[in-house]
Amino acid sequence: MNDYNFAYLDEQTKRMIRRAILKGLAIPGYQVPFASREMPMPFGWGTGGVQVSAATLTPEDVFKVIDQGADDTTNAVSIRKFFQATAGVDTTEETDKATVIQTRHRIPEAALNEDQILVYQVPIPEPLRFLEPRETETRKMHSLEEYGLMHVKLYEDIARHGAIATAYAYPVKVEGRYVMDPSPIPKFDNPKMTMPAIQLFGAGREQRIYALPPYTEVVSLDFEDYPFEASKADHSCELCGADDSYLDEVIVDDQGGRIFVCSDTAYCASRQTALQDAAAAQHEEISA
Amino acid sequence: MLATATSTSAMQGGFKDVPTEAARQFRAIMNAIARPGRIETLDGATPPAPMSVAAGVMVLTLCDPDTGLHLAGDHDTPNIRAWVQFHTGAPIVPAEDADFAIGRWDALAPLTTYAIGTPEYPDRSATLIVEMDALSSTGAILTGPGIKDTARLSLPETDAFLRNALLFPLGLDFFFCADTRLASLPRTTKVTKGGAS
Repeated sequence: MNDYNFAYLDEQTKRMIRRAILKGLAIPGYQVPFASREMPMPFGWGTGGVQVSAATLTPEDVFKVIDQGADDTTNAVSIRKFFQATAGVDTTEETDKATVIQTRHRIPEAALNEDQILVYQVPIPEPLRFLEPRETETRKMHSLEEYGLMHVKLYEDIARHGAIATAYAYPVKVEGRYVMDPSPIPKFDNPKMTMPAIQLFGAGREQRIYALPPYTEVVSLDFEDYPFEASKADHSCELCGADDSYLDEVIVDDQGGRIFVCSDTAYCASRQTALQDAAAAQHEEISA
Repeated sequence: MLATATSTSAMQGGFKDVPTEAARQFRAIMNAIARPGRIETLDGATPPAPMSVAAGVMVLTLCDPDTGLHLAGDHDTPNIRAWVQFHTGAPIVPAEDADFAIGRWDALAPLTTYAIGTPEYPDRSATLIVEMDALSSTGAILTGPGIKDTARLSLPETDAFLRNALLFPLGLDFFFCADTRLASLPRTTKVTKGGAS
């Protein structure tokens, strides 16, 4: 571990990122430019989140990484091991034991508390990018609070599909000022974004950091007659029976068999354990 | 020891293990600005007088050759300049060029001198580190992002912060230091006068 500086990055880089994080927290939803570094992984694999985590982690932290809700995917395992090696931090898969959680495309099902920090990996931080490719223009649109184009996009969804079809990276307005990309989380997670934990967003390739202090007002854009709706697959989890969690559809054989399971593996595992314990207790009661 | 350290050597009074201490202190600083009014404790720096421990930690954690630092009033001493120079390499600049400014409330005035950012880049704004005699959760009532219901903080005044909040998304961000204690008031926080609590 001593072969690396603490948490991999050099001190001057961490200071630069830390200053960006502080300005991000002072201007919620505004994208602060930062000098993103080459990391020992390709852009698109979470380099923004990794740099924010590196500038945020302390030796006492317990670190958790999820990728689409799962702790056991390649990306999550690699990033967890990276900080185990370079920062010497403890790691966990349990949401409530973690102090810093780096995430790709999900907010954990379990409610986060005041002592936790959620770090998002962000591919495209600019919510207006696919509507207006020029950075000079989108920056001007943010400065003038000119967000009509975004509402046109949502309206076109309704005109074409009868409902707002945007299912992930659903745009939000922060404290009535900045329109922000919540990263490609499912819109099911949007209502959770007003939370007690600090939320930090890092986009490595695009060189942007933004942030939400605790309890910041985050509103999903919508229309009076087409209100925002947090949607999920209309099933229960096949493994733990949860009907309140976000589900992934999984193909289980070559006969077209498919099941729905929790995308949050830690949540699902804890529910399965609780169910097994309850069943075992009941079994003991009956046999006693 | 402490008294002589200031005059004999600018080389003392820094972090003992920079990477880990800067990480821990940054966490406290981040918690302060993310939860306006909440009082955090910093340690690990012993800057020359009259700079407080908390302000010294802010400098060590956030300043380097990329950030202009303004020393206001009685904080502009040869000892402090030498200490900042040795530990951070931050250039000492006039108020209008400052990324960070440190001093007592009266010495930092007028606030209109400092950069408040531009509509396209509101982050290009100064952060003011205000030295206080004491800091407590009394007085002005704070609301806004980072605050669940309301918070209270013993601010030096309220009008300046009302005006600053009106500039949003432009504006200044404030940290208040008293000895080892630190609290923050970013531009998003709305301040109303509070009676004795």
